[in-house]
Amino acid sequence: MAIAGIILIKVVVVFTVLLILAAYMTWMERRVFALVQVRIGPNRVGPAGLLQPIADGIKLMFKETLIPADANKIVFILAPALTLIPALSSIAVIPFGDQVVIFGHQVDLFLADVNIGILYIFALSGLGVYGIVLGSWSSNSKYPLLGGLRSAAQLISYELSLGMSLLGVVMLSETLSLKGIVDAQSEMPFIILQPLGFILFVICMLAETNRAPFDLAEAESELTGGFHTEYSSMHFAVYFLAEYCNMITLSAVGATFFLGGWRGPFLPPVIWFLIKVIAFMFFFMWLRATTPRLRYDQLMNFGWKVLLPISILNALITAGAITFFNL
Amino acid sequence: MFIAIFKGLWLTLKHSWKTRETIQYPEQKESMPKGYRGLHKLLRWEDGLERCVGCKLCSAACPVDCIYVESEENDENSPVSKGERYASVYEINELRCIFCGYCEEACPVGAVVLSNEYEFCADDRSKFLYKKDDFLVERNDDYPELKNRYSEDKLLTYF
Repeated sequence: MAIAGIILIKVVVVFTVLLILAAYMTWMERRVFALVQVRIGPNRVGPAGLLQPIADGIKLMFKETLIPADANKIVFILAPALTLIPALSSIAVIPFGDQVVIFGHQVDLFLADVNIGILYIFALSGLGVYGIVLGSWSSNSKYPLLGGLRSAAQLISYELSLGMSLLGVVMLSETLSLKGIVDAQSEMPFIILQPLGFILFVICMLAETNRAPFDLAEAESELTGGFHTEYSSMHFAVYFLAEYCNMITLSAVGATFFLGGWRGPFLPPVIWFLIKVIAFMFFFMWLRATTPRLRYDQLMNFGWKVLLPISILNALITAGAITFFNL
Repeated sequence: MFIAIFKGLWLTLKHSWKTRETIQYPEQKESMPKGYRGLHKLLRWEDGLERCVGCKLCSAACPVDCIYVESEENDENSPVSKGERYASVYEINELRCIFCGYCEEACPVGAVVLSNEYEFCADDRSKFLYKKDDFLVERNDDYPELKNRYSEDKLLTYF
């Protein structure tokens, strides 16, 4: 019973923190944007505008839910949840700290140590595409449909490179479990051994989360809002939240695979982990404030003709080096 | 391509250290230019008498007919203005006003001027019907920015 209780508490704490973090990422994004654009950003609601996400959330909750007349209602309502659930679930295998003792109980700071952790994350992020495609199709409107199809094609083609870019790390650490990967980085983070893999991962991560410069799925100038054009109120908020949860999850994956996870000197592990995730998020936002959007053919060319060959090459070189030097 | 992206990132990073241009409105206010045409004011002479003589020239000059003036004879023992008559009723519908400044130009005694005041919103249309008391200044010195709204040598000086 005690173990079940601990797991339950961990689940609640992790998901609450994740959701709050996702909400506060919107605040951070607006502040970072303002920083770059020589503005101030939201600073009225609460100190430094810190209550802004709560105000936004309340506003969204009280908005009217609009469902297009020709929409497939069941799928339309279900689709945002189909995106959010995988986005939330994939955080479960990420270790965010070492074992700690709380009230005499040994508590592992991760929800589950699945021995195929990274495959689990990829499987869930693959499922997340369903939410987007179904949401866009059930809207029965042209812009969402185009946005959803773009998004699906983009996610599928970049998922390959994403997996390939992590393959080097998996080969070096000889495990798919994220806990094992963090343990393998006790001497040095894999970013030193896999710099190319890290760069590839960051690029694919941007494409996976539909972020600028790869945010074609929601290109305002041509598709209005992309797949969530017809969504309003909480349904829209759920999509939004799922997007930010995905960003946080992939940032956490990046931190775990290349930056040594929760390992770091002086500060407690959880703080180190948060610092690394937020650094990733800052980079996301910084890049979005800087880069223009790619054209669709450029995106596909880049994904299939540049990223995929390089990531396969990276995997091959790593495999060769491991065999050659008996690492 | 990557060099260009890093150049861009460096540029945006440099911008983030710049001083902000934002004016935090309710706390900080932008100073209005000298000729700004805001809410009307009715000025007084230095001795405290009203400048307005109730001639209705402003009302006639107004292209949108938003000024309504009624005038009465001055009591010789306790005059309100320097001329023969004074404005007993002076109303402006600020919703109709287009702030063109013709009333200011038409005024022969430099009584009605447009001040720098621009914060006069209300939640009811009727609140935009400004009466004489709303315009009339207590002392001219309270509104130093109105000093140069009219030139003294153009004013009528027969009294």
